[in-house]
Amino acid sequence: MAFQMISGSQAAATAVQRVGVDLVAAYPITPQTAIVEALADFSAKGELGGEFVSVESEYAALACCNGAAATGARVFTATASHGLAYMHEMIHWCSGARFPIVMVNVNRTIGAPWCLDPDQGDSLSQRDTGWLQLYCANAQEVFDMVIQAFIIAEELLLPCMVVFDGFYISHTYEAVDVADADQVRKLVGPPAFAPQVIPGQPGNLHGLSTGETHLKLVKDRHQTMLRLPVLFNKINKAFAKQFGRSYNILETQIPSGAKRAIVAAGATAETVRWALPVLADTGLIQLRVFRPFPAAEIRQVIEENELTELLVVDRNCSVGMGGIFAQELRSALYELPKPPQVRSLILAGGVDLTEQMLVDLLQTTGNEENFALRWGDEF
Amino acid sequence: MKIAEINRQDEMIYPGHNACPGCGAALAVRYLTKALGKNIVLVLTASCWSIISGMPPLTALKCPILHCPFPSAGSVGSGVRRGLNARGHHDTTVVVLAGDGGTFDIGLQALSGAAQRNEDYIFVCYDNEAYMNTGMQTSSATPFGARTNTAPYPLYKEGEKKDIMQIMAAHTVPYAATATVAFPADLEEKLKTAQKVKGFRFIHILAPCPPGWGTESSDTIEVSRLAVATGFFPLYEVRNGTNWKLTVPADIKSASLSQYLGLQRRFKEMDDRRLNELQHEINRDYQRLLDQVAKVTAETQQ
Repeated sequence: MAFQMISGSQAAATAVQRVGVDLVAAYPITPQTAIVEALADFSAKGELGGEFVSVESEYAALACCNGAAATGARVFTATASHGLAYMHEMIHWCSGARFPIVMVNVNRTIGAPWCLDPDQGDSLSQRDTGWLQLYCANAQEVFDMVIQAFIIAEELLLPCMVVFDGFYISHTYEAVDVADADQVRKLVGPPAFAPQVIPGQPGNLHGLSTGETHLKLVKDRHQTMLRLPVLFNKINKAFAKQFGRSYNILETQIPSGAKRAIVAAGATAETVRWALPVLADTGLIQLRVFRPFPAAEIRQVIEENELTELLVVDRNCSVGMGGIFAQELRSALYELPKPPQVRSLILAGGVDLTEQMLVDLLQTTGNEENFALRWGDEF
Repeated sequence: MKIAEINRQDEMIYPGHNACPGCGAALAVRYLTKALGKNIVLVLTASCWSIISGMPPLTALKCPILHCPFPSAGSVGSGVRRGLNARGHHDTTVVVLAGDGGTFDIGLQALSGAAQRNEDYIFVCYDNEAYMNTGMQTSSATPFGARTNTAPYPLYKEGEKKDIMQIMAAHTVPYAATATVAFPADLEEKLKTAQKVKGFRFIHILAPCPPGWGTESSDTIEVSRLAVATGFFPLYEVRNGTNWKLTVPADIKSASLSQYLGLQRRFKEMDDRRLNELQHEINRDYQRLLDQVAKVTAETQQ
């Protein structure tokens, strides 16, 4: 046990250093900069192990990681908001090429207009790119999920995004149990995935394919990603043995007899967790994994607890459709014979979730107007 | 060099690749891979060579080819170089291959970033002066006055061809050189020179494109030779951005611009005013090059 008072950003950078990487390529963007600076600090002290490269754009950061991963190197980058959007083409490419890249995205609203608050729309709008997405609710989760992301990515040969909210997590200092490198490396091990580029071995890597070939590759990626729940449990058994704590795909906290629950991902889940004592007969379902979407796990929680009402906190909005978590959840619930009512609270723009909002919402009855959809500016 | 003198033992390109007849880009890569040897890794961005290289699992080259998205070549090359170093492959030569679009236009930011960081690889631009893989649309490497499918008759390419070599020289890269397929010995020698230099190296190869330029496939070498003989594409090298040296063969007979343009249908509607304008551009740039070379000569003599 070695608790340190560190920010979510420092937790992310320290986890990367503890795992040990061959290359970090990064470009600064608020609110991700503290991660890049911390990694540069490790590099300056000779503690990073690999190389730190300051590149000329986020696109270049992921492209550089892509090139290094092709040779079998373990790589890391971090970004946020516009940076993630700028990477979009490479984000697709890394997944299609099966490069096990780990990237942190610190949620921040995408303009126009400019905004620094933590809307989740940046990472959620990359949902169809074939990356795994893990959402963290506090700095400890950031430290632990970054470590686990390397194991997951290299096992499934799929890139993995670790996501947390700008400022609320990235810049807030918390007590984090920071394991030392020896312990972490005992769990993670050296990079064990096969290099694709091997000098002396001819190969035409990721050249032109037919639609039929592409379909097979997409199907394989889909089926591979669906292996995550089993893998995640296996990793967390080993993690618990090593560090005395572990995680689930869904973290549920449902008081006995409660028939409704709040669904949240990232820092809002932590807010709900703290508010639960004042919210009568209400539980929490924390979405830790967004890709693959834990549809079966959610249905199981609902059936086991006979939940009739879900309130989804969406710090994002797919304009023209609504909150993205709510939308995905409704789709997952469609197969239930008696699906619960799904209500949506939209905090797009990164608006803060308050305890009072939750109290007000839960007092609203099913007969009132706007029961199904409320916006953060209505409180 | 006569064709008969070319050593065919070290060919890295397989017969049966997907290039058009008379393709300058296929020749360029044939010569450059032969010059660099077997221990190379080719990073290949979207361009004609994405097709020429064949459909996996087939391949046109006897070395690893890593395809990458259009704007990314310069950055992917950086990652491949550093990744290979991390895995102990220090002796492998990394070559980034891009067309003029992937160099002059959409790839310029990544190229500039890699050049500025002095990344240890060779960036090769095969320049066929337009987006030829997509059917001949204007790029910033298209010469003034040429007709393209985004500048169809009566339009023509407005503005000058971007001077990528001056841009690379301004980055003070250790080695940059021009080459073209009519002079394979010069091309191979420059690649071999580049291979011995550490840091960022840039090779700009003019690669005639028969369907795009509207030339006979049998004229590729002649067009390439005339590009040099007219001063349109002088052969030279520059070290560290300051040490300029002309490498135009001494025995080359100078030729007129209209001779060069006359072989190419893309310049069919070129009138005298435009011809003079292009001639002025060529003269001005050639004089600047001579001045840069003369400055070096003067400094050496001091």
